[in-house]
Amino acid sequence: MASVVCVFSSSFSVPLKEKKLMEVKLGELPSWILMRDFTPKGIAGAFQRGYYRYYNKYINVKKGSVAGISMVLAAYVLFNYCRSYKELKHERRRKYH
Amino acid sequence: MNENLFASFATPTMMGLPIVILIIMFPSILFPSPNRLINNRLISIQQWLVQLTSKQMMAIHNSKGQTWTLMLMSLILFIGSTNLLGLLPYSFTPTTQLSMNLGMAIPLWAGTVFMGFRHKTKAALAHFLPQGTPIFLIPMLVIIETISLFIQPVALAVRLTANITAGHLLMHLIGGATLALMSISPSTALITFIILILLTILEFAVAMIQAYVFTLLVSLYLHDNT
Repeated sequence: MASVVCVFSSSFSVPLKEKKLMEVKLGELPSWILMRDFTPKGIAGAFQRGYYRYYNKYINVKKGSVAGISMVLAAYVLFNYCRSYKELKHERRRKYH
Repeated sequence: MNENLFASFATPTMMGLPIVILIIMFPSILFPSPNRLINNRLISIQQWLVQLTSKQMMAIHNSKGQTWTLMLMSLILFIGSTNLLGLLPYSFTPTTQLSMNLGMAIPLWAGTVFMGFRHKTKAALAHFLPQGTPIFLIPMLVIIETISLFIQPVALAVRLTANITAGHLLMHLIGGATLALMSISPSTALITFIILILLTILEFAVAMIQAYVFTLLVSLYLHDNT
């Protein structure tokens, strides 16, 4: 995904495929989503980009703190909670389960 | 209560998909690979710990045994991180499954045994008979030593499984008891809660100790056989 940044552009229209999400108009949103790369390589690329975005923001800094890794662990706990919600539903303190 | 006591040990599937593979691979995200000479804090701490552990653990081996350093270090990192992650609420611990621990123990033990038989056949066979046994005890002792050799991988796997599983079960039970006692008698619930805190501290220690013991024993078998 290459985002085209036109500062001094002779033409003011950027192709829809190359716009960033925040620049897409609301009416164009469905067609923008459909144009994304859903091949395995594209999905792997998305995961890799997301991983490095988080890593470079919170961990790969000069004075990284415990918050960087504890956010990951909190997300892991939340993921496991959602995964086992079906069984945990019955352990609530309710009169009728 | 019985059903949901053991439900946390079931293989995790989400909408029918086995995501247990994702959960086993999750600790690898927490160990980024070092790129530079001076890295960020997370990598520096991990590097320091790995160097400390590897120096202590591989010091007893000769150069042939020290080729196993990578294997043993990744083993202790994997078991340690998986056990510690299992202490988070609602998480699934892969090392509670006997299948996985057997899959780790049997190949490693078999590797050390076969290495010993291949390179130092006489010495490896000599392990079956301790020095200075009376002559008429020899046949029985050889049988006993063979049995004790073959029990090594099973003991490795079952030790890890039983320790981690028992710790998790105890925490579930005592936590449930604390909750149930809260409405009946708060002082007893307080005592039970203190027991739970102590148990959690123990579990943190056990998580790391078990990793250490597993790796130490594998390295011991290696030392015998190199």
